Amino acid sequence: MIDQIVQGVLLGGYYALVACGLSFMYGVMRIINLAHGSLAILAAFLVWYIAEHLGVSPFIALLIVVPIMAALGWILQRTVLDRSLRSGPLTPLLSTFGIAIIIDNLLFERFGADTRSLAPDIGDLSYKSWTLPGGVTVGQLGLLTLGTAVVLIVGLQLFLKYAPLGRAIRATAEDPDTAELMGINSRSVYAAAAAIALATVAIAGAFLGMRSTFDAYSGGAQLIFAFEAVVIGGTGSLWGTLLGAIALGVAQNLGAQVNPRGFLIAGHLLFFCVLAVRFFAAGGFSLGWLKALRPRQPA
Amino acid sequence: MTDSVSVRRWSSVSIITVVGLVGIIAILAFGPLFLGEYWTSRITTLFIYVILAVMWNALAGYAGLVSVGQQAFFGLGAYVVVRLSDGGIPVYPAIALAPVIVAVLALVLSPLALRLRGGEFAIGMWVFAELSHLLVNLDSLIQGETGRSLLAISAFAPDVRRANNYWFALGAMTIFLALVFVLLRSRAGASVQAIRDNEEAAASVGVRVMSTKRIIFVLAAAGCAAAGALTLSTLITFQPKTFFSVQWTAYMIFMTLVGGLGTFEGPIVGAVVFFIVESLFGGSGVWYLVTLGATALVFSLWVPRGIWGTLSARSGLQLMPIGYRLVFGDKRAAEENAQA
Repeated sequence: MIDQIVQGVLLGGYYALVACGLSFMYGVMRIINLAHGSLAILAAFLVWYIAEHLGVSPFIALLIVVPIMAALGWILQRTVLDRSLRSGPLTPLLSTFGIAIIIDNLLFERFGADTRSLAPDIGDLSYKSWTLPGGVTVGQLGLLTLGTAVVLIVGLQLFLKYAPLGRAIRATAEDPDTAELMGINSRSVYAAAAAIALATVAIAGAFLGMRSTFDAYSGGAQLIFAFEAVVIGGTGSLWGTLLGAIALGVAQNLGAQVNPRGFLIAGHLLFFCVLAVRFFAAGGFSLGWLKALRPRQPA
Repeated sequence: MTDSVSVRRWSSVSIITVVGLVGIIAILAFGPLFLGEYWTSRITTLFIYVILAVMWNALAGYAGLVSVGQQAFFGLGAYVVVRLSDGGIPVYPAIALAPVIVAVLALVLSPLALRLRGGEFAIGMWVFAELSHLLVNLDSLIQGETGRSLLAISAFAPDVRRANNYWFALGAMTIFLALVFVLLRSRAGASVQAIRDNEEAAASVGVRVMSTKRIIFVLAAAGCAAAGALTLSTLITFQPKTFFSVQWTAYMIFMTLVGGLGTFEGPIVGAVVFFIVESLFGGSGVWYLVTLGATALVFSLWVPRGIWGTLSARSGLQLMPIGYRLVFGDKRAAEENAQA
């Protein structure tokens, strides 16, 4: 039981990594990027490709992939997202869904149906672990993932709070029109925010590849995990996202204890429980027809 | 009084269209008698596509709800048919019953789902689809991804089955088109469009946002369930992975975007375009899917009204009498008004 919870927390570290880019972009631009998971898989394939062909460690490859993904984020914002943001709230969903389909199938075209993993490229890091008193094992890679997630989220928070660009991003997120009046170019700020989000996606993709296998169509699942973490933690807060991710990881591991197929089901159920709590906290069934059924109070 | 203004719903074009549409459906009803094996089953598929496109459009184009999880209802519709059939209910009544059962489920889900906004609703529905898929896999009748064949339908001779499927699909398409048509012309129709354009403003003038959205949500679920049940009748084997695939929603989005989001005629046009594209390129292959995604992207950014919406805006042509139009300086209308 304790072991399952510890493993769940470590798994939550990965979910936090993949969710923080989604949470960040949602917080700044109010866009839920439906291509988020597919972009993480794209990053994983890029890291795998570079590691395989240059014979370098995935961590070195990541140094190349982070700027590539950041540049991609910039381009994506400038070419697609800017335009779709201007044409109403539905368009970003439709256009990013189109992008997800394109990325998934192009990856399939290039890399085929084989599942890939970066685990062979990181030597004994993939399986080395420490044993805590009580027989709980803590995998080194899992701990590194969780540590990276925490560092990334602390870093993003500090950046938003103190860096000039971070302040500009917060101001634009608050009110783009007023930010423009203060001399902030909101389009550039959005593009920078998208670049940052995709840089975190690159890191998430690399860790996904190291801790498990992936294939061209794994993007949808990553998007769902990231989204669940964001919603469970409460949208709009990076710390909430970290907590949500850990809750998701723990729920999945406990679910797997109940039933071998309970891993994913437990995560989804937690998601719907959080929705139900949100629903009742917000007043629950505030339906007119229920009120109409109530007996009339005598005057 | 020649410069008087009147508000009209029907025009001569729309009368001709509605009569023509009824005529076309009447002719299509004789399809299996002259279409031959191949085209009978192909046109059945076209009917299913029209249902899917019209339902997704009702949800996104009229209620402003973009869902990436409509495959949930599609898959559940097929699953319910398998379950009912296993329980001894004859197969075609089971197909007719499946949308009703799924609609009840959607009604139960609606308070939670409709609380989500925008992208949250979109992926939230996807999570629901994944959960439905996993839970259906747990059913011992389905045996996980192995799936289950709809054995009862094999009792029909192939040509009888083909004709039955065709008539059921045609009937379902007609019913759902009629439901959407009636809904959009009703008070609820004006409400949904007000909600889509500005939810807060609509609520402030007394539109009952929640109940209106709920009607559309449940209707769209029933439509997708019918499409799933009908698809099962053509494929015979229920494989959860196929039926709960997000690809179905991708098809719906493609058809609606290409045809014209938020118009009655658009999704029908989109379904026909998709059907032709699929017939030409075989409906498989990676580049085919890449092209579908790219086309959806291009339409969402540069042709947001789709084929039909663009044509209709250019020419002022409106085939189906859904909205109202102002007629200026029409003598006859003025006389009618004066008499009234």
